[in-house]
Amino acid sequence: MNTDLHIILLAIPLLPLFGAVLAGLFGRQIGRAGAHWITILAVAGSLLLSLYVFKLIVFDAMPAINTSIYTWAVTGGLKFEIGFLIDSLTVVMMTVVTFVSLMVHIYTIGYMHDDPGYQRFFSYIALFTFAMLMLVMSNNFLQLFFGWEAVGLVSYLLIGFWFKKESAIFANLKAFLVNRVGDFGFLLGIAAIVVSFGSLDYAEVFAVAPTAVDQTISVFPGVEWALLTFVCICLFIGAMGKSAQAPLHVWLPDSMEGPTPISALIHAATMVTAGIFMVARMSPLFELSEVALSFVLVIGAITALFMGLIGLVQNDIKRVIAYSTLSQLGYMTVALGASAYSAAIFHLMTHAFFKALLFLGAGSVIIALHHRQDMREMGGLRRVLPITFVTAWLGSLALMGVPLFSGFYSKDIIIEAVHLANRPGAGFAYWCVLLGVVVTAMYSLRLLFLTFHGEPRMEQSVREHAHEPGWVVTVPLILLAIPSVFIGYFSIEPMLFGGFFGDAIHVAAGNDVLAEIGSHFHGPLAMAVHALVTPVFWLVVLGSALAVAIWFWKPQLAVWCRQRFSPLVHVLDRKYWFDEIYQAMFARGSARLGNGLWRYGDIAVIDNLMVNGSATLVGWCAGLLRYLQSGYLYHYAFAMIVGLIMIIFTYIILA
Amino acid sequence: MHLLSLLVWLPLLGAVLVLAVGDQRPMLARILALLSMLVCLALCVPLYAGFDSGSAAMQMVEKMVWIEAFNIHYHLGVDGFSLPLVLLTCFFGVIVVVAGWVSIQQRVAQYMAAFLILQGLMVGVFAALDGMLFYIFFEAMLIPMFLIIGIWGGERRVYATVKFFLYTFLGSVFMLVGLIWLYLQSGSFDILTWHDFPLSLRAQQWLFMAFFIAFAVKVPMWPVHTWLPDAHVEAPTGGSVILAAIMLKIGGYGFLRFSLPITPDGSAALDWLIIAFSLIAIVYIGLVALVQQDMKKLIAYSSIAHMGFATLGFFVVVAIVRDAGVTDAANMGLTGGMVQMISHGFISGALFLCVGVLYDRMHSRQIADYGGVANSMPWFATFAVLFFMANSGLPGTSGFVGEFFVILSSFAASFWYAALAGLTLILGAAYSLYLVKRVIFGDVKNKAVAELQDLSAREFAILGVLAAAVLLLGVWPDPLITLMQPSVDQLLSHIIQSKVS
Repeated sequence: MNTDLHIILLAIPLLPLFGAVLAGLFGRQIGRAGAHWITILAVAGSLLLSLYVFKLIVFDAMPAINTSIYTWAVTGGLKFEIGFLIDSLTVVMMTVVTFVSLMVHIYTIGYMHDDPGYQRFFSYIALFTFAMLMLVMSNNFLQLFFGWEAVGLVSYLLIGFWFKKESAIFANLKAFLVNRVGDFGFLLGIAAIVVSFGSLDYAEVFAVAPTAVDQTISVFPGVEWALLTFVCICLFIGAMGKSAQAPLHVWLPDSMEGPTPISALIHAATMVTAGIFMVARMSPLFELSEVALSFVLVIGAITALFMGLIGLVQNDIKRVIAYSTLSQLGYMTVALGASAYSAAIFHLMTHAFFKALLFLGAGSVIIALHHRQDMREMGGLRRVLPITFVTAWLGSLALMGVPLFSGFYSKDIIIEAVHLANRPGAGFAYWCVLLGVVVTAMYSLRLLFLTFHGEPRMEQSVREHAHEPGWVVTVPLILLAIPSVFIGYFSIEPMLFGGFFGDAIHVAAGNDVLAEIGSHFHGPLAMAVHALVTPVFWLVVLGSALAVAIWFWKPQLAVWCRQRFSPLVHVLDRKYWFDEIYQAMFARGSARLGNGLWRYGDIAVIDNLMVNGSATLVGWCAGLLRYLQSGYLYHYAFAMIVGLIMIIFTYIILA
Repeated sequence: MHLLSLLVWLPLLGAVLVLAVGDQRPMLARILALLSMLVCLALCVPLYAGFDSGSAAMQMVEKMVWIEAFNIHYHLGVDGFSLPLVLLTCFFGVIVVVAGWVSIQQRVAQYMAAFLILQGLMVGVFAALDGMLFYIFFEAMLIPMFLIIGIWGGERRVYATVKFFLYTFLGSVFMLVGLIWLYLQSGSFDILTWHDFPLSLRAQQWLFMAFFIAFAVKVPMWPVHTWLPDAHVEAPTGGSVILAAIMLKIGGYGFLRFSLPITPDGSAALDWLIIAFSLIAIVYIGLVALVQQDMKKLIAYSSIAHMGFATLGFFVVVAIVRDAGVTDAANMGLTGGMVQMISHGFISGALFLCVGVLYDRMHSRQIADYGGVANSMPWFATFAVLFFMANSGLPGTSGFVGEFFVILSSFAASFWYAALAGLTLILGAAYSLYLVKRVIFGDVKNKAVAELQDLSAREFAILGVLAAAVLLLGVWPDPLITLMQPSVDQLLSHIIQSKVS
């Protein structure tokens, strides 16, 4: 590999890091404009270089690059290296990450305009871009884990960005800890890989893995599990944390405490998709374990349907989108479980665009209303915020999967893939994703109707001051709306059916559902026309009709529904009680356990009984002995006489 | 060049000078102390440069007869285990002098002299290759620390010092018996001779227990750990820093220098004991740390949990070697334990310095007295968050490296070892970041917090240097690991070689 390319690859993650360090450490010196210019230029540079590498790999058909940068450590025969693996999967992620990041950087100029932590914010999002790029460009598990935790760190810092807010610093702690639960599984998976395969390098591990299909691991005595199933499920537990799959999803809705630009960048478009990316990257491993794939499939399906349902009852505009994100991540996970990895990445890409668009649109509404987020106090904003209104509609249509929009292509393929998959759990997953389509249409339209349509419900003073934010906000909206609408149409054929991913994604011969779909594929237009006679399309229509009836046509129907289905609504309002259960079991439980161990173990038993107890015992014995040394002669004389008598008696008895 | 001798005796000479200057001229005493520490640090450069990292042999060796009748030698030398610890000791010597520059106003010369003496003795412990010399340094070291806590400590300092002294003293008595017994058997106090000295299994088990008690108290391991939280809480900042960063490492180092090579079969028979105590330290102590109300106590408990990784790493190796021979996983366990010790030195030292920064301003260690410190001390908050993140093992910081290696290595011994040790990912993050949430973040809690001054240039420099060390070791641990690899390999060959004749 030539050195120019080497430098380009290094520059892609290091430019944002450089920007982050400058904006973070020298924020006061370079000022607000300095901070946003430096980070924006750095990320723009990354985007351009990523596009160049994209061109090399995709259009010039350059072979994948697998190179090491430096040796992190060597212990015995194990070599830990930092390095890059650049193939078609990587370049898609790099381009998406840097593009959305750039949009968010520009948008932030408007959104954070009055914030005193302006430079700090730019430093964090640039740092995030660095960490995310390190994650996707990695060629080994060590660096993957580094990026994995580093994006978690930045997410922690950004959720708690407004650190004076109690709810924000609760949410960021919760996010970090729930992610750590996932990372616990992830690390065990990595440990199993090192110990079994003797390497952390992707290529080496993937090469050895097929020989290990018959190996087992015994976690409980007498119970043998397939090694690869164990490894894959452990790795997937990591993905469940990062990509917020049930039951580790609880942190994502709370992460909405952070500023909106990061909800778009981190908690919708990029970081939360790291788990999806990771599983796709690990496809050579997952393909070797049917059980693990079934597990993935079922978890994804549960998340896709049940998290979407919660979105129906949320009133905070950002939380609706957050639950929608959970549901869409569930769709991606389902695709992974159906061995349709390319479809998962395809949906990841389209979702990144339309979900970032929706979040930034919500942010635009929030700025216009001076940081009000409750949809019950919105309504009728279509005249006040025309650009936001149109782009939000476009994003929502893409999300709902209306034919020709990008989301239609990616979601339809996933549903079709699940339909064709025949592994355990596929039937259940198919029904979940089908019902999920109705739910998606309903919450998407509900959000639009409550926000932009109907009569304004906000206070008079707020309404009078509401106006569309400046170009730094609207331009990113427009730039994101374009791919949200078109990218599916143009990229479905090359990406899914053109051998785009090549060796980057491995699908075992019997599992290739996408190839089967591909054999009936006659171009994106034909697919859209054909959709009109499929159940999925009519489910979208059904969901839309329900939404129109309930939240647009007859708003009193919404009230009636809440009463009629009040037990169900209550369950959704309480979010299936996950938070309460976790709070009681883990947060309070471990505090109680810790307190018990401290008070009874450390203080009572060890310190008071054993340590101070032995000191007291010594003191007590010494106290007794002291009586013998009173200093009075007659005491000693008396003791001598007693002793003498005892000796004599003993002598007589023994004799 | 008698580099090691210089590192042992120069600080003692410095201490005499500082004491001669006296408490009446505190600034001169400070400057002299700092100069002595800087000279030691400077001497570390030729020490490091002259060290051949390709060899497992003892280097910079100095040997002369000391007490001929008992075959006791003044014998110093360093290998891949002791060199990093000597460097760490000299590094922290400078740090504590600078850290106590302003906050110590009483008996300045005596304070500085105590740290100088302590430093010389600690270098002696790491460099000693004669059992009796080691024991003398090991015990003598207690005296300056006893004084540091007892004179410059907090309200319950007398209780803490007595507890600290008796605990360690009790432990080392057993070691003394073990050392004398070894001398009677082998006719020598030479540690390296003992490494190759054949012993019956029964003898090895007794010796193992004797060393175990001494070093377990020092590390400290559960259940002989309760002196540490008290000592830390009462100690002045500098005392806590040295205690956490260096003195605890002596316990871990003892396992490497004595237990594993001298009693390999004893270790193999009793490794479960240390593994069990280490895992208890990680989980039980992690939970206890979660509910602490005093910042220093919390960090003290966190230290115990983190040192559990060092001892776990050292002894899962024994289990691995017994089952599978010398493997990469075994190497990783020893390496990981060592890296964990060095890294914990930096991180715990930095954390105690952070608490010291707050204590100097507010005179409180209670978490409840703080809240929203980030509002008035943004730079301090930046450093504190970095160090607490490192404490929770964030990749890219030194805290990750050792834990990562040890967890990987323990997986080779048993899934459950790795799973229990891995719980630190959650527990470590929970107690570290819960403290950050309550102290650093949040709205300004009270007027005192609102009026806090951010870091002075001096404090900034100290924390900055430590932050650089923590990040550098996290991003590129290779130089440190390379340094210790030959010694790791040699120790592994000792562990696998049965000494039962």
